[in-house]
Amino acid sequence: MKTILTPTPLVSHPDEVRIVSKRFGQGATSIDRYIELDGYKAARKALEMQPEDIINEVKVSALRGRGGAGFPTGMKWSFIPKQSDADKYILVNGDESEPATCKDRLIVEYDPHSVIEGTIIAGLAVGAKLGFIYLRGEYRYLLEIVERAVADAYAKGFLGKNIFGSNREFNIITQTGAGAYEVGEESALMESLEGKRGLPRLKPPFPAIKGLYGGPTVINNVETIASIPPIIINGGKWFASFGPEKNGGARLTCLSGHFNKPGVYELPLGYPAKKLIYDVGGGIPKGRSLKAMVPGGSSTFLLTREEAESASMDYDWFAKRGEFLGSGGVVAIDDQTCMVRMALCIMKFYQHESCGWCIPCREGTDWLKKTLMRFHAGGGMEKDIDQMLYLAENMAGRTFCALGDAAAFPTISIVKKWRDDFEMHLDGKPCPFEKKGARERDLAVV
Amino acid sequence: MRFSEELEARFARLASQYPWKRSALIPMLLYAQDEVGYITDEVVSDIAHRLELSELDVRNVISYYSLLRTKPAGKYVVQVCTNISCLLLGADELFEHCKHRLGVGHTQVTPDGRFSLEEVECIGACSWAPAIQVNYDFHLDVTPEKMDKVLDQYATKAQA
Repeated sequence: MKTILTPTPLVSHPDEVRIVSKRFGQGATSIDRYIELDGYKAARKALEMQPEDIINEVKVSALRGRGGAGFPTGMKWSFIPKQSDADKYILVNGDESEPATCKDRLIVEYDPHSVIEGTIIAGLAVGAKLGFIYLRGEYRYLLEIVERAVADAYAKGFLGKNIFGSNREFNIITQTGAGAYEVGEESALMESLEGKRGLPRLKPPFPAIKGLYGGPTVINNVETIASIPPIIINGGKWFASFGPEKNGGARLTCLSGHFNKPGVYELPLGYPAKKLIYDVGGGIPKGRSLKAMVPGGSSTFLLTREEAESASMDYDWFAKRGEFLGSGGVVAIDDQTCMVRMALCIMKFYQHESCGWCIPCREGTDWLKKTLMRFHAGGGMEKDIDQMLYLAENMAGRTFCALGDAAAFPTISIVKKWRDDFEMHLDGKPCPFEKKGARERDLAVV
Repeated sequence: MRFSEELEARFARLASQYPWKRSALIPMLLYAQDEVGYITDEVVSDIAHRLELSELDVRNVISYYSLLRTKPAGKYVVQVCTNISCLLLGADELFEHCKHRLGVGHTQVTPDGRFSLEEVECIGACSWAPAIQVNYDFHLDVTPEKMDKVLDQYATKAQA
């Protein structure tokens, strides 16, 4: 079954910093073109470096995980034991499934060799000889692109038993998932790669000690890995200089929802959200105003307009508030949108994706979904509002993996910040934002 | 059972490339499904045999992943995303439009077997919402009018 390839649209803005997106739209899927555009220079340089020096450069760069958790990448690499009886592995997480996030696909589509090169360098840094690039099953066209790129890299001798004539070995295997959000979680990802159901593992042991096939494993997001070659070429200090302290580089920021100019823009860490919304994103269409903003994927706490207009898009601005910058998926929600419907949309997703392993997540997401369906359809009661908050707050932090948190955080923020929207649905009133009312399939059976 | 030569070659590569053979399971199931249309009992037993797993083990894995199906689908599976970014830009209306146009609901197949319809979760095309996938092909910034054109194209392809 051949997939049709229509190139995904690209956008640009003067404030962009082109680090990861520098080769987008320049034919870099061809290995020769990639080499012309400084490709594989970083891997050659890394071969001349000591592993500790590679890790140190990444530490200095203040690169943090681009999947959403924001963990410092250099530190993650340094947890891998130098001596290990078991083989070590690099696992690149391209399971991109966090709603509102659509950035990794662009990297793989337009610059697949940067992912391969980053993986090789990660391997050199920690002493792994095998790397995996795991893509979600829906991204079949990307799997075809990356498979070709890997084959080309083998043909050039950049992968294999003697990479770049260095007598050192590194291999890459590409892998496809088959539809499961949970598999984006690192331990579930390893389970899936081992051919099992994607259930999260109990931690510790952490993947750096005992990961894939029982060996020490580095797991990095696609964008994180693609940031490595430019760091090795230009130095960690250069990368760190783009953002505030401890927030190095730039991020592919995916604007979606009610923006005049949606698209994926590479913006420096610490970029003011107000400029992001009104300048880069072109403001809110139809002369409406912003009601809420999802800062980084649907599992983050939503911001009100006032909060969004004062936010700085870096990990620590959010961390100080006990919130999260997330995955780079920014959604604008206009003032004509029902926040109960938003909460329901988000909860429906997590209920569907919960693997069922932990009771707070399995039961919590199900009850919240049912309550929100009933509420949105006009069957809400005053006490439901606090009940939902109570349920969500008791899911957070009580599950093996972060899916329970991911479902709880947006819900907590919506119920707390837009309580008025809930109250407008009370006493059997139809949804004030939707003329036609709730759809039949949204009506709860309970 | 015997798959196409291309797939047999892929299976041979898959079964030998990993540190643990079992890692080939999910890709094998997905590729077999692409060729056969869905995962039949025969496919389950064949892949279990190839990877030295029990059939139960294979079925356990199948039931976890939403792309794997054990019932026939249409030749073209129309997947409409109704997650947050798509919903904000009219995915609900788009899904309703498809229901009327194809005359089937969620996970149902048209009587001629050409199409099936699914409401799906985020497919990672949020900046180009609303988005759909037909089999593995993405269609971005879809309006009801564009949807009709897309469906017409596949209907023509199905006849050919």
